[in-house]
Amino acid sequence: MEKNWMKPITPTVLNKDKLSVFKEQDVVPFRNRVKEYATRIGMGLVNQTKLITAASELVRNMLRYADGGETLIEVISKGRENGIRLTFTDKGPGIANIEQAMKDGFTTGKSLGLGLPGTKRLVSEFDIKSVVGKGTTVTVVKWKNG
Amino acid sequence: MGQFLLVTIQIDLYDRLALNLEADLVQMVSKTGARGVLIDISVVSIVDSFMGRIIGNIANMSKIMDAETVVVGMQPAVAITLIELGLPLTGVHTALDVEKGMELLRKKILVDGEELDETYNTDSTE
Repeated sequence: MEKNWMKPITPTVLNKDKLSVFKEQDVVPFRNRVKEYATRIGMGLVNQTKLITAASELVRNMLRYADGGETLIEVISKGRENGIRLTFTDKGPGIANIEQAMKDGFTTGKSLGLGLPGTKRLVSEFDIKSVVGKGTTVTVVKWKNG
Repeated sequence: MGQFLLVTIQIDLYDRLALNLEADLVQMVSKTGARGVLIDISVVSIVDSFMGRIIGNIANMSKIMDAETVVVGMQPAVAITLIELGLPLTGVHTALDVEKGMELLRKKILVDGEELDETYNTDSTE
């Protein structure tokens, strides 16, 4: 117990919710669920809008490139700060070159190529892991005041 | 509304609906011969890159059908998010509310009309 202070602070999960997204009609209900959680922790309107827009971009990517996948919405707490963590897991083709995918203007599809780099700008923390042929997992965190 | 089409988006659109709106609007511009399209997005809380692209498409399509598009009522949080996302909605005219949007459309179309009148007048006096 006395060495507790030496541990790095990892966020505590206060609440979580799972949702599958496999068709475009699932996008709006998913966004509403994210909004519900963000409102519940008292996130301001601008941060809420940024988070939901980011969520919308990521869920759309998942639908377009991997025919959908699973989403996880978590309310997390680190120190005094509360936030929302979203995890998107798909079993799609994976991304061969993540560095390239994170560049503004890069796209393999017909989009504008704003998705990943644009989304990263909207959230506090952004993490992407991908294995070609296995799938991709994207995790984003938006702190209430971040 | 005379020569203008007024569209109020009242829900958060999912993709198919947004694509339908795009197609319907262009059809209506052609059918009614409208010179202006006013899109009210004041109750839209999220504009992501897909929705932004639809708005841009409507503006560009209307343009080549000889109609101007003005988007009105964007929420401040949506504007902040769009710019940070990197989607500045280039080529789309915007106004604060419906009234100002109408005024802008009227001006845009009048300017075109006046230019024609002026050339006509100079020709007739000479």
